[in-house]
Amino acid sequence: MNTNVTANDAAGHGTAPSRRKLPPELNIFLVLVGIALVFEVLGWLFAGQSFLLNPQRLTIMILQVSVIGIIAIGVTQVIITGGIDLSSGSVVGMTAMIAAAFAQSSSWSRVMYPALADLPAIVPIAIGLLIGLLAGLINGALIAYTRIPPFIATLGMMVSARGISKWYTKGQPVSGLTDQFTFIGSGIWPVVIFLVVAVIFHIALRYTRYGKFTYAIGANVQAARVSGINVEAHLVKVYAIAGALAGLAGLVTAARAQTAQAGMGVMYELDAIAAAVIGGTSLAGGVGRITGTVIGTVILGVMTSGFTFLRVDAYYQEIIKGAIIVAAVVTDVYRQKKRKT
Amino acid sequence: MVSPGTMAAVRASGAVPNSEFLLEAEGVRKEFPGVVALDDVQFRLKRGTVHALMGENGAGKSTLMKILAGIYTPDQGEVLLKGQKIRLQSPLDALENGIAMIHQELNLMPFMTVAENIWIRREPKTRFGFVDHGEMRRKTADLFKRLKIHIDPDIQVRDLSVANRQMVEIAKAVSYESDVLIMDEPTSALTEREVEHLFEIIRDLRSHGIGIVYITHKMNELFEIADEFSVFRDGKYIGTHASSDVTRDDIIRMMVGREITQMFPKEEVPIGDVVLSVKNLTLKGVFHDVSFDVRAGEILGLAGLVGSGRSNVAETIFGVTPATSGTIAINGKEIKIDTPNKAIANRMAFLTEDRKETGCFLILDILENMQIAVLQDKFVNKGFVSESALTKVCDEMSKKLRVKTPNLSERIENLSGGNQQKVLIGRWLLTKPRILILDEPTRGIDVGAKAEIHRFVTELARDGVAVIMISSEMPEVLGMSDRVMVMHEGHVTGFLDRAEATQVKVMELAAR
Repeated sequence: MNTNVTANDAAGHGTAPSRRKLPPELNIFLVLVGIALVFEVLGWLFAGQSFLLNPQRLTIMILQVSVIGIIAIGVTQVIITGGIDLSSGSVVGMTAMIAAAFAQSSSWSRVMYPALADLPAIVPIAIGLLIGLLAGLINGALIAYTRIPPFIATLGMMVSARGISKWYTKGQPVSGLTDQFTFIGSGIWPVVIFLVVAVIFHIALRYTRYGKFTYAIGANVQAARVSGINVEAHLVKVYAIAGALAGLAGLVTAARAQTAQAGMGVMYELDAIAAAVIGGTSLAGGVGRITGTVIGTVILGVMTSGFTFLRVDAYYQEIIKGAIIVAAVVTDVYRQKKRKT
Repeated sequence: MVSPGTMAAVRASGAVPNSEFLLEAEGVRKEFPGVVALDDVQFRLKRGTVHALMGENGAGKSTLMKILAGIYTPDQGEVLLKGQKIRLQSPLDALENGIAMIHQELNLMPFMTVAENIWIRREPKTRFGFVDHGEMRRKTADLFKRLKIHIDPDIQVRDLSVANRQMVEIAKAVSYESDVLIMDEPTSALTEREVEHLFEIIRDLRSHGIGIVYITHKMNELFEIADEFSVFRDGKYIGTHASSDVTRDDIIRMMVGREITQMFPKEEVPIGDVVLSVKNLTLKGVFHDVSFDVRAGEILGLAGLVGSGRSNVAETIFGVTPATSGTIAINGKEIKIDTPNKAIANRMAFLTEDRKETGCFLILDILENMQIAVLQDKFVNKGFVSESALTKVCDEMSKKLRVKTPNLSERIENLSGGNQQKVLIGRWLLTKPRILILDEPTRGIDVGAKAEIHRFVTELARDGVAVIMISSEMPEVLGMSDRVMVMHEGHVTGFLDRAEATQVKVMELAAR
């Protein structure tokens, strides 16, 4: 988390020469490289072609996980505070549905709000972000001001938001979206959005007071309170951000699919949490980096893409994916434990 | 190398292998990233003795004991149990070999009852394999009766005071009926009465042939309970002596390698106007009608038995648990302090009693621990933290407080208790407070660091800071305070000026 080499050299007092600490992401990056190489080798053995040396495949790979990645950035921060957010996937669906209804083109036969067709894209985008933000605010307020555990509070939101998605159009998809809106889901825009979000929050967690407080709360919430941190207000912020990012993910999902359906986003929260945990975020709180989460997201992408490339049965895919996730986390926990004693 | 299985069989048979020493360590070396905690140390524990371990913070006492208790493994060297070489892989291993340890930081599960904590992993079972709660309660009651402890076995540990939690830990360790009992600062949270009680238990165990290792900073305890002691300094073994052979100064010299002329450098400091004025402060059900003033440059000692409500008063003044009634005035202006943030904004600082629970961010490093409070209103520009400026001041503070660490990126949990405390003090000193509340600031800290901390506090007083010092250590209270306020069960029972304060008078007021 803190590889302050300048602090090392500046301080210097002590009996032993200070060692430059390797960034903790190195381990998980090597895991990524390892998995990629495994698929590469298997690709030559079973499909007679390269897995990695295919720019089209790589692009699709990253595109597919960009949405999960956006969610994962928000969930990482929540987990760092010692909490969890199970509602992300449902918020994706809810946001997609509601925002899409304000992004429809008048040329479509079934417009939900005929008076509000052909709105500039900024309107549905703003609405989407606000809905996500609101969901996050509710999560955060419940968790901060009542004693409800994050698991339960966000589980409630998960169920409610999915209910809203289904109720909103009584199950009908919302299609015929304006080109202006679907633009944000076209080409490599999802990847760009993912990376921009990653950079923003990497900087936030590393260099701002917001970041320091997030880690402090996760490390010891009572000590954080005594040190003057307004824990309640901060938790609301963190969950609100996670909600807003889930909202953003919903917008990108709808834009990319050029439609919104009530079932969108199912299980996304679990993939996002998996990406964060693979990337080194500890479910106990206080530990985690955006860079790790990004790598974790890419690992998920490589696995999904790799299995498809090898024509592995979809059922086996899930089983093996689960096993690899557990293995990655166990290795990381083991290495962390070894460092202590 | 003897396997734990064989050792268990030997113990069970009742045969005692022929050896003079119960527990030995030979040529032990242990390194952590950047720190050599133990360098070729030795240790020998005789049967039926109390053997004290003395040394400054970071000297290696706790580390050696953790090796003997199976928590760490030595990088080099050997451990012998009753003359047989042994390699302990885990605390469980140590327990099964008859070595039990009571840690400095309490290891109880707050949401389980006293009885459940004591018998964890050894719960008496019914015929059907379920836990026999009645039997567990009975066994606990028997154990408490034998040790003369008065705690309800069915209370959840989180509802116990720190002192009572320590008694539970002691009872738990004794219940293992081990040959060796290691105690790390067992009296840090206990009052004089409870300390005497503990000593009775120890003497009883000793008479049954049990070997007790006793880590402490308190010199008077050493002379009272220990038969012999070993001194460690900077990870090296200095020597072992019978406690009747040496004087206090001899021991200090062995521990620090230099003379310490004064324990509590109390200077005459000009005392100014009233900075903090508390009137009729009440926290319903906890303390009532507490009133006192503190002036600039004054050190107000807060004495009383454990449970008298002193820490609660401190937490209320600092806004952690806001008062239900009463007023707090700073520099004459009445202020409602309902959050710690408000308190910090009014130039207050609060060093809490339990650094593990409410002080340290254990998984974060020293730098991150030290900077957290000052970030409330300094070193932040538009949300961005000025890392280099912060690192600089933290580095200076760390040097000033003589925190023993190779660098600031060391995880704070790798530091000794005393050094952790110094980091926390540094955290608060960075905020340049005008009112400083210290709750047991030198608990679990060695003589050298204790004197340093007292010197800092005196310096702060000279700078005009108003200091409230809660302490259960009589010499510290009497030595440092300009005035002493005594509490008993949530009420203020009296004030004593420095000139008139004596141990007897304070105890009278504390027990009233």
